[in-house]
Amino acid sequence: MSDGQIKVAYWPGCVSRGFTPELHGSMALVGERLGIELVELDRANCCGAGIIAEHNQELADTLNARTFALAQQTGLAMMNICSTCQGAQSECQQRLDADSSYRAHINEVLSGQGLSYEKGKDGFTNKNFLWLLVEDYGLDRLAEKVVRPLSGLRVGPFYGCYVVRPKERLGYDEFPDRDIYLEQVIEALGGEVVEYDGARKCCGFPVITTNRETSLRQAGTHVGDALDAGADCLVTPCPLCHLNLDMQQPEAAKVVNRDLGLAVLHLPQLVGLALGAEPKQLGMSKHIASTGWVEERLAGVAA
Amino acid sequence: MAEYTLKVRRYQPEGGEGPYWEEFGVELDPTLSVLDGLLQVKDRDDGSLSVRCSCRAAICGSCGMKINGQSGLGCKTQIGEAHEAANRRNGGDAPIVVEPMGNMPVIKDLITDMESTHWEKIRRVTPWLLPHGEPPEREYVVEPESMIDITQSMACIQCGACVSSCLSMEADPDFIGPAALAKAYRFVGDPRDAETKERLHDLTEDPHGIYDCTHCFSCIDACPKGVAPMDQIMRLRRKAGEEGIVDPNNGHNHVNAFVNMIEKKGTNDEALLVQESYAPGIKGKLKPTRAAIKGLVESLPTVLRAIKTGKARSPAKVIPGIHPKLPGGAQDEVKAIYKHAEEHREEFNIYIKGEDDVEPEPDEPTAAILTDEAKAATESEES
Repeated sequence: MSDGQIKVAYWPGCVSRGFTPELHGSMALVGERLGIELVELDRANCCGAGIIAEHNQELADTLNARTFALAQQTGLAMMNICSTCQGAQSECQQRLDADSSYRAHINEVLSGQGLSYEKGKDGFTNKNFLWLLVEDYGLDRLAEKVVRPLSGLRVGPFYGCYVVRPKERLGYDEFPDRDIYLEQVIEALGGEVVEYDGARKCCGFPVITTNRETSLRQAGTHVGDALDAGADCLVTPCPLCHLNLDMQQPEAAKVVNRDLGLAVLHLPQLVGLALGAEPKQLGMSKHIASTGWVEERLAGVAA
Repeated sequence: MAEYTLKVRRYQPEGGEGPYWEEFGVELDPTLSVLDGLLQVKDRDDGSLSVRCSCRAAICGSCGMKINGQSGLGCKTQIGEAHEAANRRNGGDAPIVVEPMGNMPVIKDLITDMESTHWEKIRRVTPWLLPHGEPPEREYVVEPESMIDITQSMACIQCGACVSSCLSMEADPDFIGPAALAKAYRFVGDPRDAETKERLHDLTEDPHGIYDCTHCFSCIDACPKGVAPMDQIMRLRRKAGEEGIVDPNNGHNHVNAFVNMIEKKGTNDEALLVQESYAPGIKGKLKPTRAAIKGLVESLPTVLRAIKTGKARSPAKVIPGIHPKLPGGAQDEVKAIYKHAEEHREEFNIYIKGEDDVEPEPDEPTAAILTDEAKAATESEES
């Protein structure tokens, strides 16, 4: 665990600068309060979200090799704020790291741009904020920073497929608890964990344009299960999950034929609340599913 | 030897009751399997506990089940590890939860009906070779290298763990599914088969076909043999995409729209993506399909809500195509990558190639975290 300043090459991803701007803003706020310096990779490209690989796997690998190379130029480890970026990038990194001649082939076009992805250079890692928070920042250190404990707030974790499967390429050998980190963070912030069926299931986002009903049935079912289990809100480290669980919540409610209305928080927002930030500062008014109930629950707790 | 509790989901149809939980205490070495535990229960406590099993060595595929919610083989799950997994959060002595496979009707206890959810779907993909012309007098001769590609699909032992774990199937039981589609790739990728295009059309044009997969990786985690069914589905999408086969779900158009968008913009232009997924190119806009119009109209309420709450107020977010490109010369760098990758299209498969274990030069890890100790250590080294 670290007491020193943490500095990372920060990949904010596409969606946090698109339809979930509240994520980008709350990460900036939380980074400052925690003492994590974010050096934004503003020339980096989309991770491909697993979709580009459905057309051309080498293309996805090269695009992400470029992002890793840009990060390596800073000499810093990389941090992302999206389960999907993590999964898509880890898949590509696994292939790049597996074979030196494949890596050299990919680096051919990157070298023309003065870039090169070097396996293991400077102990290079790419971690999402959830992993970094637990593994590098430390839960004890996080707990010490809590100004407004989330006492009595019942939070359901929603991971996003891309950080919990497949275990063999997401570092679970070294870090077997990565699929219970959200629970650990919720408790470190003083909140109460709500167990429910859908915590590690699929939100349905990847098929929202191709099989809308299946997609929204998934989202609606998991939100419904969390409500039945008594959750005050969900928390997720993936903005794409957030889109299907929050932005599509009214539509999902129609598909599963029940009223929903459960707030869905981004991980930095949950952390930000515990650090004493106000809901408005964290962009919570931008959500589709009202966060009013969460604010009410926390109103009793002095910041 | 250690003591464990197995909490088994039971169902005895003769009794007339619904399913119920029953706990059993077992005593065996932690390196033995959950299946060994169940067989001990059968032997010592209740012979009526029903489970399919045979080889006990992860090759017959009989003992598919869910252990602590994770689909897999009973014989391949160490009971000591299963106990640890059940107790990671509470560090106590919670039981190991054993259930029949998911997405399937339960016949009795841990025995499921695999006919309608597995075998029917396997048959649906025409799981036999369709060569053309006269059969050769002896064998079909092909280059060994040309058959290596499908050895990953061939590793399937038909255990059903992937079907059990499939989250698409949970929401849409008509989805062809991971096992059947992995089996389909075994023939699509076989050089002796002469109906590749027909197979791809069939699997793609089925609305519950290759574009129905929700990309959740559950089947990859569940498979005890490394088949990685989702990867086979993605290979089918790549092959179907190369043939330009359009599916009724807009999946092909969505992939193309995404790929083209990143070449132009470098990051996600959501409005452009939605537009191009439903109404691609000029033709798509002049003559949109009924499904496209339906899709676009259905997405309107969501977009309007996003504008209302302030998520999407800037013109670049709602008007397709004006989202900025990457700064500096970065977009040109992305374009150069496209040119190179589209020319080569190499499909590197770790299952086939393995890792080459070329270790990088050991480096002082300097990235991200500089603890006070590390700083002090480096300083004392330098002095």
